[in-house]
Formats: sequence, C-alpha cells, structure tokens
Amino acid sequence: MSTPLILLILAIIAVVCYVVGTRHALAIAGGLSSKLHSRPGYYGAFVAICAVLPAAVVLAAWLIASPFYINSTVRGGFPEDVKARSVAEQGLAFGMVSSLARGMDVLTLEEIDRVGSNPAELRNTLGTKGVALAGDPEPYMVASAGDLNAMNKISNRVMTAVVLIVALIGAGLSYNRISHRFRARNRVERVILGALVVASSIAIITTVGIVMSMLTEAGHFFGRVPAWEFFFGTVWDPRFAAAGTTASEGQFGLIPLLLGTLYIGLVAMLVAVPVGLFSAIYMSEYASPRLRSVAKPLLEVLAGIPTIVYGFFALTTVGPFLRDLSADINGIVTGNAMNFIQAQSVLTAGFVMGIMLIPYVSSLSDDIITAVPRALRDGSLGLGATKSETIKKVVMPAALPGVVGALLMTASRAIGETMIVVLAAGVAARMQLNPFEPMTTVTVKIVSQLTGDLEFTSPQTLVAFALGITLFVITLCLNIYALFIVRKYREQYE
Amino acid sequence: MNMLSEAAVEKALDKKMNEVAYKMIGKDVSVYYGEKRALFDVNLNVRENTVTALIGPSGCGKSTFLRTLNRMNDTIENCRVTGKITLDTDDIYDKEIDVVELRARVGMVFQKPNPFPKSIYENISYGPRIHGLARGKAEMDAIVEASLQRAGLWGEVKDRLHEGGTGLSGGQQQRLCIARAIAVSPEVILMDEPCSALDPIATAKVEELIHELRANYTIVIVTHSMQQAARVSQRTAMFHLGQLVEENDTDKMFTNPDDQRTQDYIMGRFG
Repeated sequence: MSTPLILLILAIIAVVCYVVGTRHALAIAGGLSSKLHSRPGYYGAFVAICAVLPAAVVLAAWLIASPFYINSTVRGGFPEDVKARSVAEQGLAFGMVSSLARGMDVLTLEEIDRVGSNPAELRNTLGTKGVALAGDPEPYMVASAGDLNAMNKISNRVMTAVVLIVALIGAGLSYNRISHRFRARNRVERVILGALVVASSIAIITTVGIVMSMLTEAGHFFGRVPAWEFFFGTVWDPRFAAAGTTASEGQFGLIPLLLGTLYIGLVAMLVAVPVGLFSAIYMSEYASPRLRSVAKPLLEVLAGIPTIVYGFFALTTVGPFLRDLSADINGIVTGNAMNFIQAQSVLTAGFVMGIMLIPYVSSLSDDIITAVPRALRDGSLGLGATKSETIKKVVMPAALPGVVGALLMTASRAIGETMIVVLAAGVAARMQLNPFEPMTTVTVKIVSQLTGDLEFTSPQTLVAFALGITLFVITLCLNIYALFIVRKYREQYE
Repeated sequence: MNMLSEAAVEKALDKKMNEVAYKMIGKDVSVYYGEKRALFDVNLNVRENTVTALIGPSGCGKSTFLRTLNRMNDTIENCRVTGKITLDTDDIYDKEIDVVELRARVGMVFQKPNPFPKSIYENISYGPRIHGLARGKAEMDAIVEASLQRAGLWGEVKDRLHEGGTGLSGGQQQRLCIARAIAVSPEVILMDEPCSALDPIATAKVEELIHELRANYTIVIVTHSMQQAARVSQRTAMFHLGQLVEENDTDKMFTNPDDQRTQDYIMGRFG
C-alpha cells in the first residue's frame, strides 16, 4: 500500500473515531453533556488523536529507518570484488541497482525473463520504458535489484499492517477510557499545545539551519582565502582561473561591495525618509478619515509592487531621464552637452529604491504616530499649543524611538535589495564616491557568483556564502537594534 | 510659603463674594456630535475666583460643557457648538478670537494624568516656551519653580527636575499637570475629573491644592464624586440628559436643592 493511501486511511479512521467517540461520550452521559467533565467533542478528539498520532509516528519512523536497513543489506550482498572498491564506486553501483529495481517494477515478468541475462538488452528495454541507466548493468546488479524489490515489498506490507494495528489498538484503548470523570479536554489541549510549539519551532529551526549552512560554506571559503583579505580587501576581482593555472586566484575584497551597498542604501533613505515621514504625519494628523481610508491603502499598494518592476522603471525611465537631464544641464552651463550622470548610477538606483521604501516608512511611522495617546495631544493643545507645535514638540518626540526603529527596519530592507540595483546601478564593483557613476552591492555579487557553470568548491562560488553571512550579520544587527528601540518605546506607555 | 493661610483665603473670598463677578458667561450653549445633540441650550455663568463643580450622571454633558469653555471640542471630528460663551467680554467662538490665545487664558487639566514623556522641567516650561513668557533661562527657572511651588510639588521634585515626568506617581503626575497648566498664567482652569485616576491620599492633596488655587484662579471642575463637589466647590451645577438642571450655592445644593432631580441624584437614587 502506498504511503498516501495509508495516510488517507488514517484520516478516515480519525474521522470515524471522532464521531464514534463523541457519540459514546454522549451515550454514557445519557444525552446530557453537562454530566461529562469535558464537552463531548473533546472525547471524540481524544479517541481520534490516540488512534492516529501513535500510528503516524510509527509510519514516519518506519519510512525513515527502513531504507537504511534495506540498503545496507543489499550492499552487504554485493560480490567481494565490488566491496573492495572505493566508497564512491560502491555508491555508483548502488545507484545503478536502485534504478534497475525501479525499472524492473515497470517490466512484465516475461520481459524480465527475456532480458535478465543480457545486460545491454536490459538497458535498451528499460530505456524505451523511460528508465535511463548510466551504463550496462552487471549480472550481480540484476540479482541485487530483485532482492531490493522483494525486501521493499515485504517492508511495505509489514509497515501497513503495523500502522493500522497501532491505530486500531489506540482507538480501542482510548474508547474504553471514556467515562464521566475522564478529563479529555486537558489531554486534547496538551496535544494542541504541543502542535503549536512544533509549529513555532519550525521557523526558528529553519533559521538556525540556514545560518549553520552559510557558516559552514563560509568556513570553507575562509580556508582558501584569508579572512583579512576578504574583510579589508579593497579590490573585488574574482577572476575565474583558467584550467591548470593556479596563480590567478582572484581578489575578494569586501570593501567596494559594502561601500556600494551602504552608499545606495543611504541615497535611498535620503529619498524615502523625508517623503515617507511627511506623508505619515499628514496621514495621521491632518488627513480626514475618509481621505485616509482611501489614501493609505493606495500608498501601501506601492509596497506590493515586485522590486523587479521598480528595476524596469529605473532602467527604462529614471536612468535615461537623469542622463539626458545631466547632458542638458551640462550643455547649458558649459556648452559641452556631455552627460555627467551615467544611465546606470548610484543616484538612479538609490532614487528608485527610495521610492520603493516610501510605503514602508510611511506605513510603519503612521501606525506609531497614531499610537501616541490622545491624552498627550490634548494636554499640549489644552496649554494653547498650535497643532504644528503639538506635532513637533510632543507627538514626534514621543513617537521618535518607534519611528527610528521603523527606519532601521527599512534600512535593512534597503541593504538586502537586489533587483533594483542590478538594473539601475549595474554590476561593476568599483570603489568611488561619485553618485553619478555605477557601483554595485553585496547582494548583486552573491547572485552573479552563484549563477553560471562553476564547480561548487572554488572560492569564486564559496565567496557568495561569505558575502551572505556578512549581509545577514549586518541586517540582523540592524533589526535587533530596531527591536530593542521599539521595545523601549513601548514601555513608556503601557 | 506657598500655602496661603486659611484666613487669607476666606478674606479674599469675602471681598469677591460681595460683588458677584462673572468670569465666563454661557448663553444657550448647545453641542452636537454629528447628528446627535449632546447639550441643550445651557445657560451657565462661572463666577470669578470661585470653584464651580459640574455634577451629574455619566453622559449628562458636563464634560462636554467643560470642553466648550476652552474650545477643546474643536479637536473632535463632527463636533458643532452653537450659542454664545464669553470670557470677560470676549466671545470665545468669535472668528477674531485665536483659539491658541484662548487656551492660554483658559487652561485645562485632564481626567488621566498626561505628562509629556519629557523631563519634569520641560513639562512645566513647555507652555511658557511656546507662548514666549520667559526671557532667558533665569526667568524660565523662576516660572518653573513658582508653578511647582503653587502645585505643592516643589519639595518633592526639586532634586530631580531633569528626570522624566512619567516616572512620578499618579498623584504627583496630576499635580505636575496642574503645575503645567498654571505655568502659562491662565485666568481660568478647567479640570475634567482630575482625581478619578488617583488614590484617596493623592486625591486629598489635589483637593487641598484646588482649595488654595481658588484665591488666584477661577476653577471649573467636573466630578463624579458628590463628596468632592461638596468639599472643593462654592457653586455647583447639576446636569442631566444634556440639560442644566440647577445651579446654586454648593451648601444649598447639598442640603436643600430646588429641583427634585438634584435631590434624587444627590441621595443616590439614580446615576
């Protein structure tokens, strides 16, 4: 029986158990659910959980453990000369055996009889059935594949039987425990609590896993390139060494990328912060509720536009516009109509990214400004302060820590942004301070190092992980600092 | 030194009581929140250097009336005020009147203590600063000290003027808010249930303070506590369902009111 089918049966058992358990509980209470410790549904849920949960655990354990056992048995059955070969070759042989086993499932019995003794023929036949083999199978492989199939079949049957028996035993035992005073609710809720804990740990465990894998790969990189050359190097030139030449390892200097990232981020924040803050102040303090209810969602639509679309906008509209504008200005001032702003430049990328960030700044700040208690505004107005004095001197200072937190979170978004930069600022890693020239960022280089035909163990590829972990640490610090500030601000009012 | 002797207060009062002077006069005041009418043609005069208590059951319009006196209702959407209110001789709803100037003359203390999240010093100096009442730091220091003295808070906070105002206890915060209102030298102080968030000891202190402030300011106080109205006020106005039921001397109001509804409310039959 296939695993999905078993799961389906378990689901049906759960539903049946729930219904039967609920009915039984009600019957014990003589139809009056107030005589039971818990509401009848809890008894049903208790029976269902007792039936399905242990069975599911057994199923999972079996699915994980049985391949290990079967595989090692099959490998143990290889001829002695095969066992003497290297681990990699044994792995290859086993891979062949398992493809063969899959293939033989597809063949009819008489086909197996016909081609079983002729490896080349077998390969062809399987090829026509859609199972490709890497080479001609050796005779012992055919035998091993047969063993493998047989063992898998037995394992599957036993597993189905065990799982279903466990489910039925669980259902039976729990059904018998139903009584007036049985505390079904407490038990069911403990299981639900467990499920909630598992759900919340998944995100945390994933994060830890990602960080660990990045750390491992970055560790490999630092094994090839010294850390100080990476962190303090001022040249980014990861030359792809030609085959056989070991001299040109390339230079992996982080500084130009980091500088580009911070520079473009800075320009973006210079655009986003004033515009976003002013719009937040207008929305929260001056706009009428009707206008606010229309304008705020519209502003937030900006946040829903994919960043690649902003990239197009930068590439086809903003970049050429700035370039032509600079040429015109230059023409008027010096008579030489040479553009001094490149089509791809820090300015273009920063400007467009700033527009992308406006809704983050304004929406977050708007919430924070609105959260400043009305009593504070009244207090200030009651002293004869004007509305703008109240905003400047009372509301904004009170909201400031929260707003700063919001800005830091926005900044970490700016640092992580990739697509706009690729299209608007180019991919040239240069170290310079002219905002009219192209530069590039850490994220762009991560993409370009990981795309293309490169072996995964070269420093040219591994550097991506070092860049990634650096970026991760920077944004993590920003976010933690932002959270810290926001939390401090919360304490003031609650 | 900030405590005026009881005799001095009484003397000052006697002088004023002989000639009834009205500080604020409300004529046919009605308030609407959108379609809903909250106040019906209220005619109420506020006497100078007197504590006037506004009492009545919840939702009777007493806070609404209080807020019309310094136009705090302006900050509420959809709120409309009709009728005429004068401060001395100025119509406060006249187009010529600047609401900022009005609120400097008619200060307000709110139900819940609402110190700004700034230092004690900055809380007090906020008003004088925006109104330009002080030339230089020395004068500002003097204003801050005088205001805190009057609010009876100076002794408790003089060593920590530059610590946060939100770190004070509830009662201290409320007295800080009163000091903040005093700092802009208003003529009238409006208090909207100033003790409802305070414990009995803090309440006693604030009431004592109100008692002393009466010598220099005209005070209008909204309160839910009948005992408080009896303790702090000389005049009491009773509101019910948006109408002014009765306005009288506090002593008379609590012993022999003219209106049956006042009698019932004071006896605790409703509200």
